[in-house]
Amino acid sequence: MTIDRRQFLGLAGLSALGFATKPSLETIGRQLRAPGRRWAMVVDPKKCLELDGCTRCIAACHAAHNVPPIAEPRHEVKWIWKERFERAFPSDQNAHTDDALKSKLLPVLCNHCENPPCVRVCPTRATWKRDDGIVMMDYHRCIGCRYCMGACPYGSRSFNWDDPLRHMGGVPSSDYPTRTKGVVEKCTFCEERLAKRQRPLCVEACPEGALVFGDLADSTSQVRELLRARHSIRRKPELGTQPAVYYVI
Amino acid sequence: MSDRPLIIGGLVLFLGLVTFPVWYNVAAGTGARAPALARPATEKACVAPRDYMRTSHMALLVTWREDVVRRGDRSYVAYDGRHYEKNLTGTCLTCHDDKAKFCDRCHDYAGVSPTCTECHVTPMTR
Repeated sequence: MTIDRRQFLGLAGLSALGFATKPSLETIGRQLRAPGRRWAMVVDPKKCLELDGCTRCIAACHAAHNVPPIAEPRHEVKWIWKERFERAFPSDQNAHTDDALKSKLLPVLCNHCENPPCVRVCPTRATWKRDDGIVMMDYHRCIGCRYCMGACPYGSRSFNWDDPLRHMGGVPSSDYPTRTKGVVEKCTFCEERLAKRQRPLCVEACPEGALVFGDLADSTSQVRELLRARHSIRRKPELGTQPAVYYVI
Repeated sequence: MSDRPLIIGGLVLFLGLVTFPVWYNVAAGTGARAPALARPATEKACVAPRDYMRTSHMALLVTWREDVVRRGDRSYVAYDGRHYEKNLTGTCLTCHDDKAKFCDRCHDYAGVSPTCTECHVTPMTR
């Protein structure tokens, strides 16, 4: 079969067009597909602070996931913790912000971003975004390079400089694996509980109902209703990471 | 040519010395034996036939790991139709509850040191 110059150029042009439109066609295809679940959390700081000094959400999470208490801030293992408003929301304040608000403590955790920078930088795909929005960790695949920690603007990831088991008082829970020295760990929105149709532990442990968990794709879900009814803010929205943890004010 | 007996004799002596440990162990009856494993008392059937588990349990566990962690697929239907959760500590180690007399004995014999139980702990394995 022979091919003349005109045909060759035509075929080459068609191929180039195909390659050029592939990404946009894929995006359209993703959006056309039936929307699945989109897990999200809504935190009500007003409710959270009614009970002063309460850390039940943190205690429940840490006990079940074998997160050891390490006082040294450079070595601490971070799944869920409390942060002062001024540190959690550095761009949501000004010189005249009330001091009481600035020093208010809020529960913070992995934001399970729509556009997670940690996932983009992971060289081994040990961390990736699931279809339901959860930013997952595969500790078997993590090589401990800590790129994800550098990429995460929320400090939601921590590196095990030491075997966490050495810092655990008592026998670890056998329902959840511990992690080794040399991997990065984080909150997984209790994906092991979601698989059993249970809510995350922090949400269940909160006596005030300050943490609400649900499906953003379901317009009748509790999280969607809260987000409709109240004004919400997210941490560092200017970075475009689109967190799935909302704070209603 | 007069060195022939010397050369052959030397070779025989050399081979005899090199293979001495083998002969010695055969003669003394101290050759390596397969390790005696503590089998579960309560359960007779595993998630796959015994021969398969003996040779390929590691492949099965890696498949389970990938299924659970990366695909969120947690249920396993065994060859005999029984349903199991893909869970090392929750499924395997509830029957094989003595790590030292089951996992370790064979791994020591085979000279392999898997790192599973560094993280997947049970009160029995720690």
